[in-house]
Amino acid sequence: MTDTQTTPDASPTGPRPLKLVTQNNHGRARLTPAPPEGELIDSPPFPEAARRELGLPVQRTNLRHAMTAIRTKRADVVAELDNWEDLRAAGAAIKDDVVRHLDRYLVQLEESLTRAGTVVHWARDAAEANRIVVDLVKERLVDEPYQEVVKVKSMATQEIELNEALEDAGVAAWETDLAELIAQLGHDRPSHILVPAIHRNRGEVREIFTTEMGNYGKPAPADLDSQPVNLANASREHLREKFMRAHVAISGANFAVADSGTLCVVESEGNGRMCLTLADTLISVVGIEKVVPTFADLEVFLQLLPRSSTAERMNPYTSLWTGPTDGDGPQDMHVVLVDNGRTNVLADPVGRDALRCIRCSACLNVCPVYEKVGGHAYGSVYPGPIGAVLTPQLRGTASSVDRSLPFASSLCGACNEVCPVKIPLAELLVHMRHKVVESKKADPLVSAKGLGLHAEPALMKSASWLFSDGRRWSAALGAEATVGGKVLGRVTDHFGPLPWPLSKWTNARDVPMVPDETFRHWFEHRGDRPDAKGREHLASEEGDAR
Amino acid sequence: MSENSSARDAVLGRIREALADVPADEPKTSQWTYGRPTAMPDVLDRFVERVADYEATVVRLHDGSDDAIGRALVEGLATIGVHDVVVPPGLPQPWRQAIADAGVEVVDDDPPLSRERLNAIGGVVTAARVGAAESGTIMLDHAADQGRRALTLVPDVHVCVVRADQVVSDVPEAVERLQDSVAQRRPITWVSGPSATSDIELKRVEGVHGPRTLYVIVAGRP
Repeated sequence: MTDTQTTPDASPTGPRPLKLVTQNNHGRARLTPAPPEGELIDSPPFPEAARRELGLPVQRTNLRHAMTAIRTKRADVVAELDNWEDLRAAGAAIKDDVVRHLDRYLVQLEESLTRAGTVVHWARDAAEANRIVVDLVKERLVDEPYQEVVKVKSMATQEIELNEALEDAGVAAWETDLAELIAQLGHDRPSHILVPAIHRNRGEVREIFTTEMGNYGKPAPADLDSQPVNLANASREHLREKFMRAHVAISGANFAVADSGTLCVVESEGNGRMCLTLADTLISVVGIEKVVPTFADLEVFLQLLPRSSTAERMNPYTSLWTGPTDGDGPQDMHVVLVDNGRTNVLADPVGRDALRCIRCSACLNVCPVYEKVGGHAYGSVYPGPIGAVLTPQLRGTASSVDRSLPFASSLCGACNEVCPVKIPLAELLVHMRHKVVESKKADPLVSAKGLGLHAEPALMKSASWLFSDGRRWSAALGAEATVGGKVLGRVTDHFGPLPWPLSKWTNARDVPMVPDETFRHWFEHRGDRPDAKGREHLASEEGDAR
Repeated sequence: MSENSSARDAVLGRIREALADVPADEPKTSQWTYGRPTAMPDVLDRFVERVADYEATVVRLHDGSDDAIGRALVEGLATIGVHDVVVPPGLPQPWRQAIADAGVEVVDDDPPLSRERLNAIGGVVTAARVGAAESGTIMLDHAADQGRRALTLVPDVHVCVVRADQVVSDVPEAVERLQDSVAQRRPITWVSGPSATSDIELKRVEGVHGPRTLYVIVAGRP
């Protein structure tokens, strides 16, 4: 259970000191709940992980329920705006301009932030970003009894795994968004960009709160039931004592405005405002692609984002700040601009469209694949269609999970239709598939390992040789009947599963049965059979035309 | 510092290399016209309807005089059952007086209260900067009549007076009105209903960390 106290002088009535906890922490004494063991990048390839996730019936029910609800809501609030398509076009064009001239906008942003009194740091990768934040935090907490920070929900800090870097440095990072809190206390990883605990239902949340809250602060009420309002209230009580003593807060930013040096955080609960307002120091970790050119551009994005993400006309709270303000909120402000693979994405003239993303999660919510398997199967903090195109670009295609991600889609294109900044997700998935295949060709090690995965390109190559010449094709077809028709007969109208290696193809597909005769044969001999359906059909059409 | 500047140079260098195919002087492609009003039958009606949609209480007051606002504030605080409120230093004096005269304890945030003290106070009364009808959003720029950000965050009840001439049709007009505030580097907070979460089963629950009760008085004629 709980043991060593790291903070000596807490009175029995005062706030509880930080403790080192080993319960459910893989046998290690920690300040914060341990996430699952292992690195995300070592996750199994998507098909394998998907099979694992599909075996969780409660999760599947939770996801189906939630995704159906939010899709309907989104469609309703989007239909309210006559100019939704104009907004999308504007959002796409503005972000496209940012992406294509990112160096210019970043330099402008740096100038504006600095002028407003915010200190700007740059980080090439996750390790550098973490080092900058940890150093800033340790310096500011040197005389504080509580070695801790409060956090606003942020994808960038999840991506760089800042919480673990802080834990390693002896600082507790408390997630304050309700869903992030559920994931953190549940020793879990987020499974959705917007609602990270969407794979959990109220009963599971109650269980997590009851078991874990007391280890890390104010315990859940003894009589806590699973009503969402009471669960939300338990999180209010648990976090309030942390907000009241917070010295350092860490946030991300939804938008960073180049012309004014304003940062913007969009949220619902007010936990973001607590962090942004009550702490003495605010450190914001911002991906370099988060820039928008002007303050006026926010009129586009603050219409697109809430309707696409929480499916509301507006989210409850949006905070905009332009450096420190005398007598109001943190006086010590820092921004860490993080690359961490974004310039890899930028270097691909096709793939760079993915950097327009404003992390709304609409593409997850409409994705039939995501709805079935949930976010954990993607082995990345970015799941769903955007994750499948972004992750292998950010991290590269060296790992088996990253190589599998572009194939985690049926290419139905629903994501293209909802994306508020018109990222052509389906096209990018195809593009990434091509890149994965090319990279495998270039890598002998991968080729040797991935025998089965290479069957498809080899088949395609021989098929293209065959199709490219009419004589070869005729010869291959033989006379009038097809091999399929001859050999397989007409038992059924489609192929079922075939043995390996063809099972690679047929496990996920029904292939129509090969017809008895070839089209060419049928076409040449169609006159021999006046009763042939095709001719009758043609004749009746001619009759109609008259 | 030198490490930081080398990281800066490295990141900007990578970006420039990655964008070698992009002409520096290519024209912008956005066709968007900024600051346009959204057409609607009645802006104030829409504002009242949309704010109320978020489970906030909205009172429409055609008489925009300080006396009338004072009476509406007293009535609102009584309805909610708040016995003490913090007020920003620039709240119009007649409003403050009316509340105090009604027997509600008025605590001035001057000098600024500690967060613990703020946490123990029942409510806060403020003015606003802009209202956006279509999205039902109240925008604060934390001027003297609204107070610093913690005031409208920590207490559990927020009573907010929005004047009719502050209400515009939609977000684009509102953002335009906020240009002065951002030029002065004021912090800005948009409030659309009381604090809420949909994090459990996507079921919206009013009230987590911010004020769980939002009471809005829309005062005067446009």
